[in-house]
Amino acid sequence: MHASEDQILIRDAAESFLGDVSSSAAVRAAMARPEGHDPEVWARIRSELGWCGLAIPEALGGLGLGAPELVLLLEQAGRHLLCAPFVSTVCLAANLLQQVADESAQARLLPLIADGRLQATAAMPATPDWASSAASLRAMRTASGWQLDGEIARIPDAGTAGLLLVLARVDGAAQPALFALDPSTHGLQLEALPTWDATRRFHRATFTAVALTTDARIDAPARSADGLKRAAALAQLYLAAEALGCAQQCLDLTVAYVATRQQFGRPVGSFQAVKHRCAEMMIRIESARSGVVGAAQLAATAADTTSLAMDCAMARVLTLDTQFYCAQEAIQLHGGVGFTWEYDPQLYFKRAQAGSHWFGTADALRAEISEALLS
Amino acid sequence: MTEARPALPEDELFRAEIVAWLDAHLCGDYEAVRHRGGPGDEEADPVLRRRWEQELARGGWTCVGWPKAEGGRGLSIAQQVIFHEEYARAGGPGRMGHIGETLLGPSLIAWGTPEQKARFLPGIRAGTEFWCQGYSEPNAGSDLANVQTRCWQEADGSWRVQGQKIWTSLAHESDWIFVVARCVPGSKGSKGLAFLLLPLRQPGISIRPIRQMAGGNEFNEVFFDGAVAEAGHIVGAPGEGWKIAMGLLEFERGLSTLGQQMHFLHEFELVLDAMRRSGRTHDAQLRQRVAQAWCGLRAMRYNALRVLADRADAGLRREALIYKHYWSNWHRELGKLAMDVLGPEADVVSDDPLIRRLQQLFFFSRADTIYAGTNEIQLNLIAERGLGLPREPRPAAA
Repeated sequence: MHASEDQILIRDAAESFLGDVSSSAAVRAAMARPEGHDPEVWARIRSELGWCGLAIPEALGGLGLGAPELVLLLEQAGRHLLCAPFVSTVCLAANLLQQVADESAQARLLPLIADGRLQATAAMPATPDWASSAASLRAMRTASGWQLDGEIARIPDAGTAGLLLVLARVDGAAQPALFALDPSTHGLQLEALPTWDATRRFHRATFTAVALTTDARIDAPARSADGLKRAAALAQLYLAAEALGCAQQCLDLTVAYVATRQQFGRPVGSFQAVKHRCAEMMIRIESARSGVVGAAQLAATAADTTSLAMDCAMARVLTLDTQFYCAQEAIQLHGGVGFTWEYDPQLYFKRAQAGSHWFGTADALRAEISEALLS
Repeated sequence: MTEARPALPEDELFRAEIVAWLDAHLCGDYEAVRHRGGPGDEEADPVLRRRWEQELARGGWTCVGWPKAEGGRGLSIAQQVIFHEEYARAGGPGRMGHIGETLLGPSLIAWGTPEQKARFLPGIRAGTEFWCQGYSEPNAGSDLANVQTRCWQEADGSWRVQGQKIWTSLAHESDWIFVVARCVPGSKGSKGLAFLLLPLRQPGISIRPIRQMAGGNEFNEVFFDGAVAEAGHIVGAPGEGWKIAMGLLEFERGLSTLGQQMHFLHEFELVLDAMRRSGRTHDAQLRQRVAQAWCGLRAMRYNALRVLADRADAGLRREALIYKHYWSNWHRELGKLAMDVLGPEADVVSDDPLIRRLQQLFFFSRADTIYAGTNEIQLNLIAERGLGLPREPRPAAA
């Protein structure tokens, strides 16, 4: 279970690229921009680095790699709080397309994502499954296609995306339907949410008699039930990897600080009261990393959906708890400067809280795991 | 559960071999010690478990990682992992011989004389001589180098030992003890120590059991009053005792962790059984804790695979550094969860095998975070070696 040479290359390249373009100063500059990211950096990620195609099959224009490689990238993205629509495009939209969409939609859309021409997004649910986001959006058959009414509470990067994927309930159908639409479609209103975590932008979407053609519905009904579960599991895994990177950076910032900050004539990091807390952070981070790496390896095999969902939930549970723990420890162990705007722990703290209910809370995921264990 | 680890065809053949052997031999009388003798349960039927050691030896399943030239099976790392995993999966009894097999044997292979190897390795391999470890003393716990037990050489070359060891696991079930003792009078810390091998049954040694909180006596105090070690039974030179003692601990590097994890999985399943039996499966808070325990179990498994995937610098790797703290605290939590799953029933001394096992788990797992480096020592090691934070002040060696 160790990284291959290619994987190490991918990780190191990401680390060095993001160290340049997603420094603390760059993150703060991106946060202040209306779109929430630096378009130039996002363009380089899409065209120069080809990250969007990493986990898309070669036949569809991607690199044909998978979860083990993607989690390495995402860990670095989390570590550097990368402000870019990468997670929304790759971990939500492309993932949903790969697991749920029919072949013609895949053939049409995935190559555009893979080569960087298309920025896409999908709802970020507040429960562990994706289908729940369909509860507030209703699709009705019309003479010319479909009509959508309702709302979606949170869609990341919707303000700059070229394609929006939404799940909507259809009366009488057990599974929600997946629609692909242009965010500028008539009747669709996007409202930017001024979130405390400004490193990821969210919109609320209101659908009022949004008329779509028949071919806007793109799910493959035969595999949509299983596909939605797999897609949600993978999204959890990807978010787990990102959270892991956030936690690691909280530890690294803290260790760097306590090793240099002097009180009582010695570095505060030499006091057990401080060093033991740093060690606790490392224990949680490394065990969570084992969970993420293991779940990603499982995702690269033909594992059944239940095993995959349980392992991805495990990775998410461990990283969610670890991320918040490390963010709050970072603030505490930085002392007074820990709660200032100038130092970075606050950025990771806000991200940790915001992320604590993306795809369900740790408690909700544990409830799902216990159901699988005890049923 | 699905495995995320590529296996070679010969590894799978090997797996089939050990599975078949265990299936054919771990039955009949031995049924009584299946899943028994693990941490917290080490006193379970020592007589039968000793016989089992000899059964294993006849099948060639002791000392599987030793080189063939030393009488071992010469298994690759991957196959040793498979062996431990399948052994635990089948409920193989806790290994009475593990101190000899995993600690002393490899040390003798590395540093022993040809005579020492010839004298001691066959007994370890055959499951006929059992060893215990004489390191800790009343004033040398976390500060292990503060050993006060003395030793000196007589005119005939033999060694005499005077002092006391403590927390000696299964001393009363063992035949031999290896001891770190101070051979240079007035020396301090890690300097001036010798590593000696002594038979336990001799006039100069007395063993006193330490009764633990659950009533068992796995640990002992061992008193040395002019106890004798033969002239040839010193490993390394006088003064090299610390090197041998610490080197020996290096041999315990995670090979059995997958087996341990499999054993933990078994205990976790016992907790689930108890939860179903007690009718508490709908208790939302217990369910949260059960799920959390399962997450920890999976993380430990993947962590062990990470450790094993790259053993070249295993001692320095972060995942290896955190493992002891992680598993011991996880195990302790599981013990508490088991009691809370049982509810008031947990408070009554029980003859029910399931309840008794879980009660043992609860009490004994309190020791897990203390022996082999306390939580606090582990946190020091992690902070210093893993994060490069300043070292704790240590006494200068004389």
